[in-house]
Amino acid sequence: MSSVMDQLLDQRPLIAVMISLVAAITMPLFSRHPNWREGCTLLAATLKLFVVASMLSAVLAGETPSSASILLPQGLSLHLRADPLGLVFALTAATLWVMTSLYSIGYMRAKEAPRQTGYYVAFALCLSATTGLAFAGNLLTFFVFYEVLTLSTYPLVVHTRTAEARSAGRRYLVYTIGGGQLLLAAIVWTQVVAPGAEFVPGGFLAGRTSDVAMAVGFAAFMLGLGVKTALMPLHGWLPAAMAAPTPVSALLHAVAVVKAGAFGVVRVTGFVFGVDVLRAINADVVLAVAASVTIVVASIRALGERNLKRRLAYSTIGQLSYIVLGSALGTVAALTGAIFHIAAHAFMKITLFFCAGAIHVQVQRDNVDELDGLGKQMPVTLGAFMIGACGLAGIPLLAGFVGKWQIGVGAVEAGYPVFVVVLVVSGLFNIAYFFPIISDAFLKSSPVVGTDARPVITAPFVFSAGIAIMLGLFPDAGFHFYSLARLAASTIVMGPNGGGLP
Amino acid sequence: MTPHLAVLVVVIPLASSLVIPLVGIFSRRVVQTLALLAHVVTLVLALGMLGRVLTEGSWSYHLGGWMPPWGIEYVVDPLSAGMAVLISGMALLTMVYAAGCLDKGNSRHPGLSEALFLLLTAGLLGIVMTGDMFNLYVFLEISSIAAYALLTSEEGPSLVATFRYLLVGTIAASLYLLGTGYLYALTGTLNMADLGVRLSEAGDSMAVVAGVSLVVIGLAVKAAVFPLHGWLPDTYTYAPVAVVGFIGAVMTKVSAYALFRILFFVLDAQAVSGAAVTWLGWLAVVAIVAGSWMALAQTDVRRMLAYSSVGQMGFILIGFSLGNVPAMVGGLFHILNHAVMKGCLFLVAGGVRWRTGATTVNAYAGMGRRLPLSMAAFLVAALSMIGLPPTAGFFSKWYLLVGAVEARAWVVIAAIIVSSALSAIYFFRVIEKAFFHAPDEFNPASERTELPSVMLGPVVILALVVLLLGILNEPIVTHFVMHALPPNV
Repeated sequence: MSSVMDQLLDQRPLIAVMISLVAAITMPLFSRHPNWREGCTLLAATLKLFVVASMLSAVLAGETPSSASILLPQGLSLHLRADPLGLVFALTAATLWVMTSLYSIGYMRAKEAPRQTGYYVAFALCLSATTGLAFAGNLLTFFVFYEVLTLSTYPLVVHTRTAEARSAGRRYLVYTIGGGQLLLAAIVWTQVVAPGAEFVPGGFLAGRTSDVAMAVGFAAFMLGLGVKTALMPLHGWLPAAMAAPTPVSALLHAVAVVKAGAFGVVRVTGFVFGVDVLRAINADVVLAVAASVTIVVASIRALGERNLKRRLAYSTIGQLSYIVLGSALGTVAALTGAIFHIAAHAFMKITLFFCAGAIHVQVQRDNVDELDGLGKQMPVTLGAFMIGACGLAGIPLLAGFVGKWQIGVGAVEAGYPVFVVVLVVSGLFNIAYFFPIISDAFLKSSPVVGTDARPVITAPFVFSAGIAIMLGLFPDAGFHFYSLARLAASTIVMGPNGGGLP
Repeated sequence: MTPHLAVLVVVIPLASSLVIPLVGIFSRRVVQTLALLAHVVTLVLALGMLGRVLTEGSWSYHLGGWMPPWGIEYVVDPLSAGMAVLISGMALLTMVYAAGCLDKGNSRHPGLSEALFLLLTAGLLGIVMTGDMFNLYVFLEISSIAAYALLTSEEGPSLVATFRYLLVGTIAASLYLLGTGYLYALTGTLNMADLGVRLSEAGDSMAVVAGVSLVVIGLAVKAAVFPLHGWLPDTYTYAPVAVVGFIGAVMTKVSAYALFRILFFVLDAQAVSGAAVTWLGWLAVVAIVAGSWMALAQTDVRRMLAYSSVGQMGFILIGFSLGNVPAMVGGLFHILNHAVMKGCLFLVAGGVRWRTGATTVNAYAGMGRRLPLSMAAFLVAALSMIGLPPTAGFFSKWYLLVGAVEARAWVVIAAIIVSSALSAIYFFRVIEKAFFHAPDEFNPASERTELPSVMLGPVVILALVVLLLGILNEPIVTHFVMHALPPNV
């Protein structure tokens, strides 16, 4: 009996993927019953969070719940298992799905948006794909879910069916499928160099091929993953994709899709190549410089954007490159910061998007210079916005500071203190492009009359702003994101057996 | 009984095609039942053959008891049995589909199209079963002539397109015959196995080079290998709805099979066939990119699919040309995958035209609302054509890429990546129109007009097979494709 139970418990990574898949298949049956349909979404989201969170104690204790693999020829397999890094991403996505589901219900009903069933179905599929790639045990599995994610996001980008949305959708597909093919080539190359390899903390490619081949392979990986990570100059799709409904931008373009890319960068640098290989071929410096350039240029571009959502999109581009920078530096501190930032940025950025959506629904304002005085009209919304913005700027005691500090420490440890300057400059830019919005909103007088939205819309972002504060004060509270990040980072640097919590 | 399966699988459709027009004089209803029965029996025989060959190994059958090399020999190995299952399966599905859209047409000659369809099936099955060079030519002509007749069963531009196909096809078949003649004059044998042995003793004379070149060029035209594909786009574009699904799915594959069989099983010892394989590889690389590029430029969905076929033939040939195990597995697996997914796409495109008259990409606006299940099947097959996981097309591409990396063929990898990106563009153009555009001025109607179940059934089955081939490719590759490889790989 207990062995059956153990086997079932081991299948939890697969079950977590299946829950949202089943929800996606079930929801079309309720297309005429919105309450049932949305109940289905909420139920699936809650169940999924429960299943993912139930693996936390086992993973912290050093276990790896691992589902049975589907065998393919030539030693290949499709395999899901939960390691600390995967769990950080999966927990983030699962938590945010619950919040976004609530918010979507309020937002889509308030806008009386058409085609809501398709919207919820695609959303559930995306979550399935995100969880799958978080738990992927090898590159092939990762790629399968990576491409499913691309496809299931496309209907959401073109959801409004306007010419602008369709053109954004086209651009999105060209970028992501093109990047995906490059990634596929890189994965095939890895398969030939190291047949049937699973992800190993510290990498499995060391000593298997020449430095030149290693450098070319790594470049192909980074170019392929760089599209979803919005590494400049591969970022063109992200601001365009802001044409999607706000909850989509919130979850997918600030959290799931782009994080899939950033998560992939950490996976490939830490679990395929390994820090030592990257240092040997100088790829760490090249990647760190590319990330730094993206951080600075994105911040400057954000200053010039008038549309609030597009400004947030450029802020996302910059923040993602913190994660890339951290994984390129490759010390325990830098990796901890990068992995922690996957979660921290998600909570802060989703707060900002939810607030932008609430402003859009309540007073139909989309541009940053039209928000004068709204702080008095909508104190809860703009208050939450302020917390999220300050967090992203890296102000201490908020979630963004923790990751940034660790990456900075990592930069000094790795012997490249110059990257600390990048972090500081980026923080200043963040203040430069967020502060005017907040000061105008609270200090100027308001030309419009509006109020905070209904609780179903405000509750999710109040909650996420709360988490942003909590993670800043107590990084390890709740789901132990900090311990998980630390655990993943130390295994990457010290190998599968050298890690462990301090 | 079971050894006779090899010949029965050809004789049953051949004999039925002769009987059916006679029966058609009396009753139309009986004709359809009889044709359906013949197709089902053929499929069952082919499956039985595959089952036996996988459990008991290959065998050869001597027609009329005449021993080779004088008599005609039929060879049943995993490759030919697998092709036979593919051909008879696709024939059955398209025959069912055709019954849905042919019910009013062609009443002057009841049973004629059914008979021609069976004749075409018999010809293609003969090509894959035979172990005799001249017998292959006979079946090549039987299948071609049946195909010409079927393609002209509708008035309009298909007549001109088919006449061009007839001219090109006849020249190609003559080249093949001429080449076979050279080889016969040199060795005095037409039996493939015997020919291989005798030629390896004879070495590479100019006559051998000429003979092999003629055979290869003839079959390459039939297989629409770039740049010999000129007949294909018009033929597929204007083909009648009922037949394009079958012709588009399997005819070029069977010629590619014949090419593969002759180059790797018969003439594998000749230096000239090595050169031919290398040449075909380079042509395939060009075909992969050029086919996709030309597909991108099309406004007619059927023509787009036709050019995409030109590119996809390149995928099959490049697998053969790279010559290592993963690449050959990819090439052979792609014969199966491409037949299934392209068959599905052509059946949907034909059904859309039959139902709504729409042929251009623009006219597909709102089709996702009007024919939801058919377009869902189209979507699945299109994703497979692009090669996105977890569909069948992803896995054949995966094997090809692994083979290319092992062979250090970086050009091939670049070509496959470029082609996948291009096909993503041209298929998503259709998908975007169908699912994310409201019906517009091209297409004012928006009510649901799903295909009748007789036509929808085959379409949905093919789409499900695309998914199954992807998810369950392990048993297929390990238990079947790996056994179908040439002995010396």
